[in-house]
Amino acid sequence: METLLNDFSPGLFVMQTVLLIVLILLMVKFAWKPILNSLSEREEGIQGALDAAEKAKLEMQNLQADNEKLLQEARSERETMLKEARDIKAKMISEAKEEAKDEADKMITQAQAAIEGEKKAAIAEMKATVATLSLEIAEKVLNHELSDKEKQLQLVDQMLGKAKLN
Amino acid sequence: METMIPNLVGAGIIVIGAGYGLGKIGGSAMEAIARQPEAANKIQTAMIIIAALLEGLAFGALFLGK
Amino acid sequence: MHLFRGFYLLFHYFCARIRQALFFSKEAMKISNYSIKFFGVLLTCLLTINVFANESTVQEQQGDERISTKVEIEEYILHHLKDSHDFHLVSYTNDAGERVHVGFPLPVILYGNNGITTFMSSEFHHDSDGKVIVEKNGNRFVNYHGKIYELEAGATELALDAEHHPVNASKPLDLSITKSVFGILIAGLLMLWFFSSLARQYKKRNIPKGFGRVLEPLVIYVRDEIARPNIGEKKYKKFTGYLLTVFFFIWILNLMGLTPFGFNVTGQIAVTAALAVFTLIIYVVSGNKDFWGHIFWMPGVPILIRPILAIIELVGTLIIKPFSLLVRLFANISAGHIILMSLIAIMINLKADLGPIGSTALSFGLSLFIFVIELLVAFLQAYIFTMLSALFIGMAVAEHDHEHEHDAHGNEVADAEDIRENFI
Repeated sequence: METLLNDFSPGLFVMQTVLLIVLILLMVKFAWKPILNSLSEREEGIQGALDAAEKAKLEMQNLQADNEKLLQEARSERETMLKEARDIKAKMISEAKEEAKDEADKMITQAQAAIEGEKKAAIAEMKATVATLSLEIAEKVLNHELSDKEKQLQLVDQMLGKAKLN
Repeated sequence: METMIPNLVGAGIIVIGAGYGLGKIGGSAMEAIARQPEAANKIQTAMIIIAALLEGLAFGALFLGK
Repeated sequence: MHLFRGFYLLFHYFCARIRQALFFSKEAMKISNYSIKFFGVLLTCLLTINVFANESTVQEQQGDERISTKVEIEEYILHHLKDSHDFHLVSYTNDAGERVHVGFPLPVILYGNNGITTFMSSEFHHDSDGKVIVEKNGNRFVNYHGKIYELEAGATELALDAEHHPVNASKPLDLSITKSVFGILIAGLLMLWFFSSLARQYKKRNIPKGFGRVLEPLVIYVRDEIARPNIGEKKYKKFTGYLLTVFFFIWILNLMGLTPFGFNVTGQIAVTAALAVFTLIIYVVSGNKDFWGHIFWMPGVPILIRPILAIIELVGTLIIKPFSLLVRLFANISAGHIILMSLIAIMINLKADLGPIGSTALSFGLSLFIFVIELLVAFLQAYIFTMLSALFIGMAVAEHDHEHEHDAHGNEVADAEDIRENFI
């Protein structure tokens, strides 16, 4: 302890104190303050950049989610549209089928009616023609036949004979 | 020289005590680091602080006796 | 002896080569000019250390004032550990048999009974036995064992008592630019130069280049590993300037102590005492209510014990903490210097046993080993001083925003944090 106290130099203590105060003041003013400010500025800059990147990433994610949602919506819309279209198609087809069937039925009926009419007309015409023809034939035959008296008589006989048989 | 003998004996005892303490600190720190390598930095800092305090004590005692 | 002359020549050859290399590299690559210069200086310093030591110890073997016995070596080492008034590098005896001291005098500034007196230390003619009396403004001064005494009126020469203490002289306040003050000035200028140039670099670019790139991580290290964790996120900014200054101040001075210039600034107890007192003043002034509350009226202990604890805490805070700070730094650096110089002295002590080559090789190997350890200690002691300062400041400004739990008797229950604080 004695050596320790003996080695202690008050003058050096005073000089060291004064010099250290001056040194601290100078260092704080000319070195530490600008250095630490620049460092924290730089760190804040880096932090800011990182935050911005994080934010951009989040935004991107949001955007992607939005896109996904829109896509989903579009997809479902398309689905519904397609379904509707399919329904409409089916409906149209069935309607068309119905209509066509109706039309066809109608046409068939008409056609049948027309055929019937035609048939009747044809039959009637045929009847008339046949009557006329038969009359003409009959006339000719009669004329022809009547020209040959014997034969006529024979025929009459035959016919009478047949009629009797009937 | 003869008057120095008690001082030297005292210094020896101090050094034994300080050495034991430092050994214990170092050993425990090593064990702790081995158990938890991820906390090595914190353990080292604490180890250095405690070793420094012990060293200060030992030096204080040595110089008081000088 | 030829061996050492050989060393000496070799050293000069290396110096010349380095200078040459520096010159050419400067011409050839202007880009890395600074770093090469820096490393050149570093290399030169490292090369000189042992050679210079060899010079001084070996050449003092010749002549009248040679140092060759163990007692003389011990005296020489103790003399080195003390502050001195002149800057002494090397002494040798020339061919004419005269003792030549290489170095330069430093100004002596004394505040004695008759005010301030200044003169150059060369007026003592390297005397430290109190024989040369310097007379200025009617005051007479002698240099006795590195300390300057002012003789009382009427005394013609320094008288000593049985324990070699001067009896007819008083100690003036010695404000001289001693070797240590000179070292402090150099360290301060180096710091100002290094760090103001680093600060100026930030105006031009974001990331410093050259030597600043080495300094910047150190600054960040002190801020993030020492100041911030120990003081706390909120308050560390106020104290970072002090901690940074002290860290680099101690580190640079510790390293200067390892150069062959023979500074022993951080091994001066007055210097470490001033540093410790700074820390003490800072944590006493910035201590908050909780800090003083925990000293004078420790919560969580029985009332009867509290006054006793208050005394212990007060002594611990005001005396033991700064004392351990100052003694640790002083003792570590002094011990390092003593060990290094003793190992260099092996060269002389064991010369008879091992021969010149063996003793030199042994001394060189051991001192190189200790030198490397001392390089580590130089950093470690700066780190520990700063670390403990930060810790003490942090304890003084810590906020206790947590509520203490109360037990059935209304006493506060100490939680783990309090216990830890008391322990530290």
